[in-house]
Amino acid sequence: MSARPATDPTPNPDPPLDVEPILSVRGLHGRIAGQQVVEDVSFDVPVRGVTALLGRNGVGKTSTIKSVLGLIERSGEVRLAGERIDRLPTHRIVQRGVAYVPEDREVFGSLTVAENLRLAERDRSPRRELVASLFPDLEARRDQRAGTLSGGQQQMVSLARALVNENRLLLVDEPTKGLAPRIVDEVADALAEAARTAPILLVEQNLLVVRRLAERVVVLSSGRVVFTGTADELLDDHDRVQRFLGVHDEREAA
Amino acid sequence: MDTLVLLLITGLGLGALYFLVASGLSLIYGLMGVLNFAHGAFLTIAAFLGWEAGRRISDGTWTGLAISAVVGILVGATVAVLTEVLIIRRLYERHIEQALVTVGISLAAVALFEGIWGTDPIYTDRPAWLTQTTEILGARIPNDRFLLIACAALVLGGIVVFLRKTRYGLIIRAGVENRNMVTALGIDVRRSFTLVFAIGGAAAGLGGVLASVYYGYVSAHLGSVLLIFAFIVTVIGGLGSLTGAAIASVLVAVLQQFANFYLGGTGDLVVVVLLAAVLLIRPRGLLGKAAA
Repeated sequence: MSARPATDPTPNPDPPLDVEPILSVRGLHGRIAGQQVVEDVSFDVPVRGVTALLGRNGVGKTSTIKSVLGLIERSGEVRLAGERIDRLPTHRIVQRGVAYVPEDREVFGSLTVAENLRLAERDRSPRRELVASLFPDLEARRDQRAGTLSGGQQQMVSLARALVNENRLLLVDEPTKGLAPRIVDEVADALAEAARTAPILLVEQNLLVVRRLAERVVVLSSGRVVFTGTADELLDDHDRVQRFLGVHDEREAA
Repeated sequence: MDTLVLLLITGLGLGALYFLVASGLSLIYGLMGVLNFAHGAFLTIAAFLGWEAGRRISDGTWTGLAISAVVGILVGATVAVLTEVLIIRRLYERHIEQALVTVGISLAAVALFEGIWGTDPIYTDRPAWLTQTTEILGARIPNDRFLLIACAALVLGGIVVFLRKTRYGLIIRAGVENRNMVTALGIDVRRSFTLVFAIGGAAAGLGGVLASVYYGYVSAHLGSVLLIFAFIVTVIGGLGSLTGAAIASVLVAVLQQFANFYLGGTGDLVVVVLLAAVLLIRPRGLLGKAAA
């Protein structure tokens, strides 16, 4: 399984970065079963590139993404390219061009690979060739039940489900979690390719992957934002890395 | 040998009735997490209105029965959709309230039907062939069993094709497995809720008309009795699994027939023991959670 360059890359004409962010989050609160898991979180995701959402385990990164999507109870202000989406049900947010690659892949195990992809097709002309070229291995396994795939292959299905549509924003949650190092590289390749077509908000523990993909970082601690800046500003400062992420350097984290 | 064949085919016929009720229960629970106690009421109202329509047009003929079946299917589907849209949907994700309100509907419906059609069973006329028997391997099999089995097989086949070949079927299968993720792919899964209620109601409606053929009467309690066994079937088959419901329907009904004949009428007891055994040994049922 190797991620190859897209056949039809339609690279965004580089817009100036001072334009309105694609995603703007202000004072976001999230609750699961009445318990506060996201507290007054505010950050922006610019219209291009990868923004990494970081923090130690359990600080609310996944919950923040789920709050943005309305998958958990939330309040606060969330704008997609200026439009309020914090009152919309999840499917309407996604229909506006927000793709979600969840933690633990969440492929439909009893459905075949082809059915998983077909289910995800929102656009009138889904980008099947792009997906086929990015994930040739999935083509060969179209009729296999997704539940019988390896973790890496399931991650490819999950990414393919997102990339088969034209997106304005990708929300990608821990795509390399639990994968072998070789597969981590392939997932990172695919994400790098995906980042050429749409901005990404990426939750990622592996700091080597963050270093490679992300321009900007947002760090959460106890459900709040504690640092916002460029990836270099964070990762070059070992003190900050240890304080915010609890690791000594990226080698250890990887 | 002839007794064995008779018991087996009668069991299959009864299993067909169970399946027509259980298929809807299983899909509705699998997709929405709703235990629909009102399902028996869908069956009963369809049986009554199907019978009323059939007898007015052509009593005791195949035409009359066909009209009953069509009316029963339409009534079952309509009442089920109304229940979902007007009541269940308002209690979205509140499973205890949903179960309670469907229990309420089932109790109120029986009282309503008794008020309209009385408390005694009303015996129905059937096409002559259905009251006759056919000899198979020395056993004289009442012909209505064949009708029941054929109808249930058609419904099973129809639902499987629908689930496998259509986009809505794909959404339902995925939704049974992980409803949130279906939503997160930009699909309004609530539309499928109405659809599974319609499908389940239609199957139960057909079941109502066929139950009146099998028992030879319509009554306000037709649905309540079948519902109990359909729930047992659904749990044994695995909540959410259509194939599991089909297998368990046959298993439960055949076992019931054999126990009634060979173990001194203990069919119902044996079924409940089987339910307990499945819950203890394999709580997720025969075929766990996966539609079709």
